[in-house]
Amino acid sequence: MSERENTGTPEERVPHRVIGTPQPGAPAGVATAGEPDTPATLDGGVRELEPGTGVIYPDPASARRAERLVALLFLVAFLAGVGFIVSYVAFQVGDIDRTAVSNLALGGTMTVAFLALAIGLVVWVRRIMPKYNLVQERHPMASEPEVREEVSRIFAQGAQESGFLKHKLLRRTLLLAAAPLGLAPLVLLKDLGPLPEDKLRHTVWRKGMRLVVEGTGQPIRAADFNSPGGILSVVPEGYEHDLNALAKATLILIKLRPEQFKSGTNLNWTHDGIVAYSKICTHVGCPAALYEQTTNHILCPCHQSTFDAADGAKVVFGPAARPLPQLPITVDSEGYLVAQSDFQVPVGPSFWERGDAEAEVRGNA
Amino acid sequence: MNSITARRRHPLARYAVILLALCLVGGAYALLSPTGDRADAAIASGTNDDVANGKALFEANCSSCHGLNGQGVPGNGPSLIGVGAASVDFQVSSGRMPAANSTGPQAPRKALPEWVTPKAIDDLAAYVQSLGGGPTRPTADMVDPAKGDPAKGGELFRANCIQCHNWVGAGGALTEGKHAPNLNKSTPTQIYEAMITGPQAMPVFNDTTITPEQKRDMIAYIVKVREQVDPGGSGLGRIGPVTEGLVGWVVGIGLLSLASIWITAKRRAKTK
Repeated sequence: MSERENTGTPEERVPHRVIGTPQPGAPAGVATAGEPDTPATLDGGVRELEPGTGVIYPDPASARRAERLVALLFLVAFLAGVGFIVSYVAFQVGDIDRTAVSNLALGGTMTVAFLALAIGLVVWVRRIMPKYNLVQERHPMASEPEVREEVSRIFAQGAQESGFLKHKLLRRTLLLAAAPLGLAPLVLLKDLGPLPEDKLRHTVWRKGMRLVVEGTGQPIRAADFNSPGGILSVVPEGYEHDLNALAKATLILIKLRPEQFKSGTNLNWTHDGIVAYSKICTHVGCPAALYEQTTNHILCPCHQSTFDAADGAKVVFGPAARPLPQLPITVDSEGYLVAQSDFQVPVGPSFWERGDAEAEVRGNA
Repeated sequence: MNSITARRRHPLARYAVILLALCLVGGAYALLSPTGDRADAAIASGTNDDVANGKALFEANCSSCHGLNGQGVPGNGPSLIGVGAASVDFQVSSGRMPAANSTGPQAPRKALPEWVTPKAIDDLAAYVQSLGGGPTRPTADMVDPAKGDPAKGGELFRANCIQCHNWVGAGGALTEGKHAPNLNKSTPTQIYEAMITGPQAMPVFNDTTITPEQKRDMIAYIVKVREQVDPGGSGLGRIGPVTEGLVGWVVGIGLLSLASIWITAKRRAKTK
């Protein structure tokens, strides 16, 4: 196989030209693949390329094989494209399973179509088209010195004639006029939303509100929640599906043996070994509810903050800075668990103006 | 002999061996694994014979950790008085007990020892039930997934279970090396028993707060989601963004890099 190869160094055989300009001595065009040994003709039969320009033609047999391969790939792409249309009609959606099948068929056929097309094009370029090196020259992008001189001369003349430096009053009032317009966008920042005010400090819990089971909405009789080691995910009655309220108000309710409690838990806020903590992690607000009844640890799955449920949800491990706030609970006349009040401290992660809410509560107590 | 040696090297031989091994394992599992729906509350209390037989089994296999009368051995095994038949069935039928030789923070699901037959579990359960009552085993009807409502069960499952067991029951990590197990191998009976007894670190979900019907709904959800196929091929453990991201980065970006290398590589001229 005699490839049209130059024996010189690559630098020597590089045709020196800029992309988009015609090759010296040869008008640009698409070379036909094949017949590298007979004079190659360009489209339109203009003239052959000179040997020594560094243009390498592929071996004709290999090019023909590549041509068949590319054609095959294009055919595959065609069939897959048709398959896409067919699967759109054939696989109707409706339930989860049928939607999944439809997605698989549509995505699969489209993947095959684009992939076959892309591989075909790359093979075409790599194995059928002739090869040569191109150098794209880069020059400084500044204007000519004369032009720049002329522009600065015009600018200086304009500044001179306007008397910007001379007329103090005009200069200062102009700057004054521009100042509010420059500040105006800052004012518009307010439209990004209302200030949170004290919404971060309160939840919907209030005195006498019943605790209900998340998912069923049943109120919880304290006597029913009687297995030590039990846990329930709990929401406020009337807000079972209010996601904005639940984002702060969701609780985990844990039943311990009364003697298991340590000093961190406020026993006045528990009822018969039942304690309620905010489910919102004080680190960055993930739902912390992985409860191990053997250790009484509450684990947050996001960053492994671990709280001790028997000790006022004190942090025993991880990045959380504060215990999970405890909700004061008691029972109403019918024996159902109710809140005594809202949380005493803000739930969830820190925020800018939170301050040391725990210290304020201690100060009030 | 020669013909065997020759066939051993046949390209299909490895597949034949794997198939044979799979059949053996599957057959052994089918023979050994408990059927799950033999439970019956009426049996839970057991007859005197069962209790006597169960006591003998207990003394032979359990008493070294739980004491000769099930009162527990400090530092070795907890008291079994009042844990009930449900707890025994869960722990023994899933292979968690006897845990004697298991090391590490967790008593994992494992292959059943030879003496553990459905009858042996029945007897043991009857004996432990006779010690001090406790939760009994559910009837087949109580755990029949076909009778539950998977949509309602899914809501309860997402509120109470997914934090540890993942939203499709794939399990997950807990503290200090413990983990919440995958629920795919658990029978409906075992799932029910786990909820009412709270084995190991798992909390208890008693029948007065999550009713038996709601538990059946949750079982229906777990079974339903387990049966769902992954249409894209591998579910990657179904644990979501962690494995999916990893595969996306390693495989996806790896393939893209290879493709860009292929597209831009210079084709070397053949020298001949």
